[in-house]
Amino acid sequence: MSENKKIATREAYGKALADLGSQNQRIVVLDADLSKSTKTCDFAAAHPDRFFNIGIAEQNMIGVAAGLAVSDKIPFVSSFAVFATGRAYEQIRNSVAYPFANVKIAATHAGITVGEDGATHQALEDIALMRALPGMTVVVPADALETEQAVAALTQMYGPAYLRLGRLSTSTVNMPDYEFRLGKGVLLRPGKDIAIFACGMMVQPSLEAADLLANEGIAAAVANIHTIKPLDKDFIIDLASCCGAALTVEEHNIIGGLGSAVAETLVENKPIPMLRVGVEDVFGQSGSPAALLETYGLTPAAISQKAKRALAMKK
Amino acid sequence: MPEKPITEWAKEIRRQTISMLAASASGHPGGSLSLADILAVLYFDKMNIDPQNPTWEKRDRLVLCKGHAAPALYAALALRGYFPLEELANLRKLGSKLQGHPDMKKVPGVDMSTGSLGQGLSVACGMALAARLDQKDCYIYAALGDGENQEGQVWEASMLAAHYKLSNLIAFIDHNGLQIDGLTTDVMSPEPLEEKWRAFGWFVQRIDGHDPVAIAQAIETAKGQKDKPAMIIADTVKGKGVSFMENVAGWHGQAPKAEQAEQALQELA
Repeated sequence: MSENKKIATREAYGKALADLGSQNQRIVVLDADLSKSTKTCDFAAAHPDRFFNIGIAEQNMIGVAAGLAVSDKIPFVSSFAVFATGRAYEQIRNSVAYPFANVKIAATHAGITVGEDGATHQALEDIALMRALPGMTVVVPADALETEQAVAALTQMYGPAYLRLGRLSTSTVNMPDYEFRLGKGVLLRPGKDIAIFACGMMVQPSLEAADLLANEGIAAAVANIHTIKPLDKDFIIDLASCCGAALTVEEHNIIGGLGSAVAETLVENKPIPMLRVGVEDVFGQSGSPAALLETYGLTPAAISQKAKRALAMKK
Repeated sequence: MPEKPITEWAKEIRRQTISMLAASASGHPGGSLSLADILAVLYFDKMNIDPQNPTWEKRDRLVLCKGHAAPALYAALALRGYFPLEELANLRKLGSKLQGHPDMKKVPGVDMSTGSLGQGLSVACGMALAARLDQKDCYIYAALGDGENQEGQVWEASMLAAHYKLSNLIAFIDHNGLQIDGLTTDVMSPEPLEEKWRAFGWFVQRIDGHDPVAIAQAIETAKGQKDKPAMIIADTVKGKGVSFMENVAGWHGQAPKAEQAEQALQELA
């Protein structure tokens, strides 16, 4: 861990996008009346001619982005994750993914750490929705540095992509010299007893869980799986094989997200004991982010407990 | 492309539509036949396009919002020289580039993949914004069904086009009055369409959608508008040109049998 400065991934996204907009005139940005929250307001201020507020109309926003993309623009569209992926799902499917349009859906306020707004605003199935679309790249950055580089990488690649961002400030988990590589898992902490695969907001608590486990003599490896699709299968199989047990940790329903992706890979290639940490197929509720993480078992203590259960299954 | 009056091209689009539907034993004749004259005017007169260079960046574009009229679009494109006419017989067959609804990745000349109603006008708006950003003089055309106006997204796009003053956007409504379950006014009336589009800030014209002169004139009048998107509500007959298909909702998505196709082709001779 390099430093403890906390920045929300949405903040990093806004700044990175505004900077990239100066270098690349093809970038255009669309928002649905949430630019101050998604931080696309930074781009709007810097490049007003290439920013389009679509109003509260997410389905239209996705379609307009598709039209811009097939006209050689690189549109980034932003809203809250629940609306960007859920409200406009069929538009993403038929107007973006099917024609393989170069639209980047950068959604903020993913997961329960949205907090007080409650279940209607807490996207817990967005990774599942996006992952099921052929050709869709899905990225969940863990910190500000990774977000900046992911935005640049998604601009460089051609094709539809989903970038999942959070509302809450997060600790930096990567070193300052970190280099983001799309589709590549990152080993943050070596270990031989259990492999913990985490993404986004859950990378930091997973590292803290590994500290707790170390106190009990358990060496947990922690890996950041920032790209859910395409998944770094070789990396996951290798690390899980070395450890003999695996745990996934995500701020998402345990159905359809990182846990499912890793389980599919391991079951088909290297079946080993595995458990999933996530929101267990329920809707969230209002509350402070810290209280919600506690309630739904997404704390370092809860992660370490589940890791020990997975370890026990090794026998 | 041989010299022919637009009415002849429209008739040829209708003939090819009937032939390919009969060959595939599947597809949508009614809304293809009602749109034939509009497509003939666009592809054989008004659109600035180059079949030798289908992705020419300064071309005019058409989004076929009512993607189920794909047979008519495929006929127009093949007749215009985008691909060989013989390929039309492969409509809807496994491995064919001619999917049931248009796929821009497979068919040269198709500017957008469509098929899910309500989505196309938003895409056309995006194209119009991009053309304006790039200071291109091209026009973006969109062809909607009248039943398609029941989709809420159409009105989101309608609002946006007026808000951003997309005067390079010219849309048609193929106003044939029928949808799968019957009359649009019985199923869920989208009327009064003229007043609605005008209220949403569009320059609205209403014409006979089977009169090529009226269609061409409406396009020119639309191009004269400098601060509004243009809507051309084209009154049409579903199944136009084939006596037993005209104004029959049942011919929305049903292909003619061999003897029916033969009769249709005789009527369209």
